[in-house]
Amino acid sequence: MKRYSPLLILAGTVIVIQLLTLITGKAFLLTQLTMSAYYVLVAAGLCMVMGYAGQISLGQAGFFAIGGYTTAFLTTIDFSGKTATAVYKILDSMGLLISKENLYGDTVIHISPWISLLAAVIIAAGTAYFLGVPVLRLKGHYLAMATMGFGIIIYRIVLGTPFLGEADGITNVPEFIIFPGVNVSGDFTSRVGNYYIAWLLVIVGMFLLLNLINSRVGRALRSLHGSEDAADSMGVDTARYKVNVFVIGAVFAAVAGFFMTHYNGGIGPSEAGVAKSVRYVAIVAVGGMANLWGSLVMGLVLNFLSLRGVFGHFDDAVFGVILVLMMMFMPEGFIRKSVFNDLKTVILRLLKKEPEKFKQGAEIND
Amino acid sequence: MTELADLSDPLLQIRGLDKSFGGLHAVDNVSFDVMPGTIKAVIGPNGAGKTTLFNMIAGFLPPDSGKVHFRDILLTGMQPFQVAQEGFLRTFQNLKLSSHLSVLNNVLLGYHTRSSAGFFSGMLSLKRSRMEERRAVETVMPILEWLNLDNKCDIEVGNLSFGNQRAVELARALAADPAMLLLDEPASGLNMHETEDLAERIQEICSQGRTVLLVEHDMSLVMDISHEIVVLNFGKKIAEGTPSEIQKNDDVIRIYLGGDDA
Ligand SMILES: Nc1ncnc2c1ncn2[C@@H]1O[C@H](COP(=O)(O)OP(=O)(O)OP(=O)(O)O)[C@@H](O)[C@H]1O
Ligand SMILES: [Mg+2]
Repeated sequence: MKRYSPLLILAGTVIVIQLLTLITGKAFLLTQLTMSAYYVLVAAGLCMVMGYAGQISLGQAGFFAIGGYTTAFLTTIDFSGKTATAVYKILDSMGLLISKENLYGDTVIHISPWISLLAAVIIAAGTAYFLGVPVLRLKGHYLAMATMGFGIIIYRIVLGTPFLGEADGITNVPEFIIFPGVNVSGDFTSRVGNYYIAWLLVIVGMFLLLNLINSRVGRALRSLHGSEDAADSMGVDTARYKVNVFVIGAVFAAVAGFFMTHYNGGIGPSEAGVAKSVRYVAIVAVGGMANLWGSLVMGLVLNFLSLRGVFGHFDDAVFGVILVLMMMFMPEGFIRKSVFNDLKTVILRLLKKEPEKFKQGAEIND
Repeated sequence: MTELADLSDPLLQIRGLDKSFGGLHAVDNVSFDVMPGTIKAVIGPNGAGKTTLFNMIAGFLPPDSGKVHFRDILLTGMQPFQVAQEGFLRTFQNLKLSSHLSVLNNVLLGYHTRSSAGFFSGMLSLKRSRMEERRAVETVMPILEWLNLDNKCDIEVGNLSFGNQRAVELARALAADPAMLLLDEPASGLNMHETEDLAERIQEICSQGRTVLLVEHDMSLVMDISHEIVVLNFGKKIAEGTPSEIQKNDDVIRIYLGGDDA
């Protein structure tokens, strides 16, 4: 199980950070660390699409917004005055409605966020599929522009649609009760729990993506990045593989958007903005492109600093500058894979483990 | 060897392949057969249309007209990946490798059509997918050894010598266990010693029951190992026959020795 030791180290680090915030009395930092985790999830998905499969997407904020707005819209529909409708009866009989009192003591009935999670994933995956099939035939900056166009469309839609709250976005999104006692919400008392929920999601996401990278499909994706003709000539259905990985990236973004929206109790159009998409691309680039761990580290550090307000008025500009500099001077990314390889070697030596016999073909950092 | 060829049906049937680029008639109504278990070479001066012909056979370029049958399968109209899935593998004149991946991973890509783990079993790292991966490595290792690449498994392909990169391309194609191999100038860029090795290997590949169609400029290589030769000039097939027949053919002699190929 050596291949999962980096994930155990990540889990350990997550716990240590929480304990540190507790000891130093800085538990308020958990809020930004939680939000950073959700942004990391988007970056990890994009890393797979862009870093490994070589398909640039400047539309990830669009998918994030699809996830967030889907749940925000669906879970803020109040069924309390509509108990006579067929929809209500069907949902009620299936136990998919949640009833509670709001601030003023009125009863509010909304659908379970599990439904909107399902809807968010389906809508994001479907959108990615129907966008991906035509658009992923494009290459390089044509693909970048087409995906950015998609991002702009989503942004204009959420900004201009009354039932999506226009410039104000949607607020009063209810908490997401995963199971009794474990809620995704901005409630002060569940801050520690939310921190762990968010990072557990990142760990699960990393688990899935690391496995994928090391699999037959992952090799095909990395190969088509190097030479699409090569992958084609060896029997890889490159068109289908590109669409599939694009859908995976979109689902990661939508799930992140979903959780973030319940965590924040709402979502606004800025989450759908092109500046946000640029941010994700900058994070993957500075993280080393084909380097999932680099995306995680840079995603955490940069988003945390940004959310702490370190970049001040230049917040979006900082990410733009990072991207420009990366493209000009280090198109292979800032964090070299070798850094992680060295780290791995050191850790393995400390653990005194022999490398597995057949590991060569299945390592990420080769 | 040629007796064997006469006994059976052709493995590959090329009928009337035609391709123009604007006003340039790159391949002009070319037809020939390749018999199973033989080595056939396509030769011709630069720009004769050899690569264009290969690209049409392997699905990389749609022909203006004409058909290619592999066994009884119509290859024409298929995507390259579908052609490969039929056990029909190619190499490229200008290498196409994933230069940032290791030698082993490049060669394992050749095993793609022989395995099946998809996105889900990959993401969940299901046992089936891991077993398959192990089997893939076990299968390609002897190929890597045979091509003296086994001590270079972990090296990024981009860091290899040109000759070794050519070997990786061949290993990758062989990893697919192809019934038929299409080799586009496998000896170009190789030194004399490497070319001799290659000749032996191609013959060995053929003796394993695989059929080989190759484009090559190196005449001595072609004459040594081919059972049959097709000569293209300005897109047209001008001769076809055994190496000794081709060496005696007046048109061929004129093109290659006369220098007067108008
Ligand atoms: N995509 C293309 N568009 C336009 N012209 C092309 C294209 N591909 C090939 N040609 C032209 O078609 C002719 C045949 O080219 P091809 O590459 O098939 O020749 P070849 O026999 O493989 O030559 P070489 O021995 O140099 O590899 C050449 O004149 C070439 O310039
Ligand atoms: Mg050629």
